[in-house]
Amino acid sequence: MGRKLDPSMRVKRGPGRKARKQKGAETELSKFLVDDEGPKKLSSRGRKRAVKRTQVTKKPKQEEKHQKGFSDENSEWLKPAQRKRKIEECEEDEDSDSQWEEEDDDDVVKDLDHKGMAKDIDDDDDEEMVDDYGADEGDEQDSDGEELLPIEKAARKQKKQTSMKPDSDDDDDDDEEEEKKDLKEDEEEEDTVQANIDETEQFKLPAAADRAKEGLLLMDLQTIHQRIKDNVDVLSHFSEKREEGKERSEYLSLLRSDLCTYYSYNPFLISKLMDLFSLSELIDFLEANEIHRPVTIRTNTLKTRRRDLAQALINRGVNLDPLGKWSKTGLVIYDSSVPIGATPEYLAGQYMLQGASSFLPVMALSPQEGESVLDMSAAPGGKTTYMAQLMRNTGMIVANDANAERLKSVVGNIHRLGVTNAVICNYDGRQFPKVMGGFDRVLLDAPCSGTGVISKDPAVKTNKDEADILRSAHLQKELILSAIDSVNADSSTGGYLVYSTCSIMVEENEWVVDYALKKRNVKLVPAGLDFGKEGFTRFKERRFHPSLKLSRRFYPHSHNMDGFFVAKLKKLSNTIPTAVKETENEEESTKMETAASSEQIQKPESKEQKPASTKAKSNMGKKLKLKQNKSGTPIITKKAGVKSENKKSDGPKKAKIAKLDGKTSKKVEKPVKKQKVKELNGDSTKEVVKEKKKGSQFEKKNIMKKKNLKKRMGKNKFKKLKNILGQDESGQ
Amino acid sequence: MRPLTDEETKTMFEKLSKYIGENIKLLIDRPDGTYCFRLHNDRVYYMSEKILKLATNISRDKLVSVGTCFGKFTKTQKFRLHITALDFLAPYAKFKVWVKPGSEQSFLYGNHIMKSGLGRITENTSQYQGVVVYSMSDVPLGFGVAAKTTQECRKVDPMAIVVFHQADIGEYIRSEDTLT
Repeated sequence: MGRKLDPSMRVKRGPGRKARKQKGAETELSKFLVDDEGPKKLSSRGRKRAVKRTQVTKKPKQEEKHQKGFSDENSEWLKPAQRKRKIEECEEDEDSDSQWEEEDDDDVVKDLDHKGMAKDIDDDDDEEMVDDYGADEGDEQDSDGEELLPIEKAARKQKKQTSMKPDSDDDDDDDEEEEKKDLKEDEEEEDTVQANIDETEQFKLPAAADRAKEGLLLMDLQTIHQRIKDNVDVLSHFSEKREEGKERSEYLSLLRSDLCTYYSYNPFLISKLMDLFSLSELIDFLEANEIHRPVTIRTNTLKTRRRDLAQALINRGVNLDPLGKWSKTGLVIYDSSVPIGATPEYLAGQYMLQGASSFLPVMALSPQEGESVLDMSAAPGGKTTYMAQLMRNTGMIVANDANAERLKSVVGNIHRLGVTNAVICNYDGRQFPKVMGGFDRVLLDAPCSGTGVISKDPAVKTNKDEADILRSAHLQKELILSAIDSVNADSSTGGYLVYSTCSIMVEENEWVVDYALKKRNVKLVPAGLDFGKEGFTRFKERRFHPSLKLSRRFYPHSHNMDGFFVAKLKKLSNTIPTAVKETENEEESTKMETAASSEQIQKPESKEQKPASTKAKSNMGKKLKLKQNKSGTPIITKKAGVKSENKKSDGPKKAKIAKLDGKTSKKVEKPVKKQKVKELNGDSTKEVVKEKKKGSQFEKKNIMKKKNLKKRMGKNKFKKLKNILGQDESGQ
Repeated sequence: MRPLTDEETKTMFEKLSKYIGENIKLLIDRPDGTYCFRLHNDRVYYMSEKILKLATNISRDKLVSVGTCFGKFTKTQKFRLHITALDFLAPYAKFKVWVKPGSEQSFLYGNHIMKSGLGRITENTSQYQGVVVYSMSDVPLGFGVAAKTTQECRKVDPMAIVVFHQADIGEYIRSEDTLT
């Protein structure tokens, strides 16, 4: 049996060994942390240590050997490992109770830089290890003059030491200690009225040799990131923080290469982004590209309501919220226990997975019921189906895409969402006016470089360069012209085109729209989107039309949606301006008359000779083609019931007449002339009525039009057409 | 794109009437305009006349789809109804089957419906009658063929198949390519 505990015989025990050791933090701290600035009172051990420090270095070696060195021949190079815990050794000392691992702390705090300290530690192997939280590194004044807790002071000192890191990494290891010591001295000496201690360390630009070395060394991302931050800081307060003799461009080039390394971009793209954004915004943008945007869905109002859908999805275990005040059909998904792309509701076509920024061009376009709409670059069909639901399955949508593979997803989505008014075709968008035209509205979500959706496709960071951007821009310009030509300017409810891209590059956005403004009779109108940044009206050396500020830009870091650009254009007239702007008024008057007369003859034949004009088109170059084509371009090939033809061919002539004379009287004469010419062809009555109507219409339009409507034709061309006309008349 | 020949029309209407009976005329004469069927690349498309006019401008090889695809004619001239026609079959369906929530997923994967998954079934369903399958919340899931009459369904054991699967909305994900 065990010993019986007799309560009466219990021996009273005083403070034991362990009780002695644990005294409490304050007592320990008070031993080494002093509030006053005065010289530190050293304990006996401390004094010994100080003595040792002043002595020659040989002594530490001896001591080491004596204690823990190896006795064999390897003793010179083989050093005993630093033991982290030295509790056993200091039992005898009074202060041993408070032993902490100074080394441990030092390693954490001081890194590779503090080899000097390590040496000291070696010396004091058998001495007490007191944790002063690094407080004996140097005296430091309280910056505010306030009473700080000792631990806070120590923390401050620690902070200072860590902020020395960026500089010291760049320098040679040999210089580390000395530099650090110098800095310490500086700190001690200078008047410390500093709100932020981090700023005491000046960000030093590494020398060119060091940077070259870095290419070979693998720098860790932490240090690069820190360097980026410091660099940006210096650049934003350049006059105060710059290093003497260093130019801004040097800082910028260092920043550029650091950003490329840290975020894995190619230098071209980083330079472009640096031109677009201010430095702090740039960092935000790059950070935003590293994370995904939230998943958003669009309710299909043809089949359900947002409320009901939200309820059904919540019942399945999806965590969602309405997208924002600006959308009545959007929902943002925070998390979901079921795959959001495979729920029975998705399969039943009650919603569509779509990025928030993709709602915007359709909202800007706002197609009405009963209209005919073209979507030139429709895959995968999100915007097409949104348009169909806004139109309530009335009217007509043509969904076109150049890529046959991706069209399959358009077909799938259209059928799934229950869209019945859509026709899907596979043309190159640039062919479009020829196939069909006269749409009320057109949406062009142009193929682009994808710099706004880097978070979805990180490959864009490295594989885009100057040539890619310019190639995209060229294609977009061609597409936007075709899109404009497909719109019917005289549509009663429409006449709008929305151009959008998922890119943030100015070359693909404002430049393309500006090009369209120059080449066609269109103007920018407000997009109806009340949030988003305005488009640029000037950028670097380029100057755009001032109305470009009606376009909108969206960024991932400011709007939490994919980078996007939306511009809404209204087509003013179906005619295509033919000449360049510079030679506007002077040449007009002289050449008008000749042009007008040739036009008169050309006009009747152009109506009947569409095949001829198309032939002419193909013969001539593009520009001339446009000149010839102006009356024929937007016309549907079917002749039946297309009265818009007449309007279009009347337009330029009327305008010219107006400009020529500036008087209404002559206008009366000219229509008479025209009538005569037309009577020859036998469709007079309609024309007369129409012309009178058109007179007023076009007067208004002429006021708006500032473009030159000169129509020039080469001599040979004119002869050719005359001949054709002659043949036709004889044929009749 | 061409109109259907008489034979093709007959075959197709026969198939459709299995599901919606004589309501086919409701498909053609609609209050909001006349609708018609056209054949393009062996597939039957259902569209309104307005869209028909527009679609004739597009050349045959570039045209991918018009209106709604109802199904296709196989090489041996049999008509196969696709899931894309569900939106038009569901409102006019004569015989319906409701599926319990637990077996919904199974049907959406393409499996037949067993007695254990059967929620409701319309009365007087004859054997091999075309039926439209719904979920308990009245969402159309697809269509199939009744394997047993309603009476038999009551008697048969839970593991027996009561509805043969023909098409379900899961095909939008499983076989996106076959839609075109």
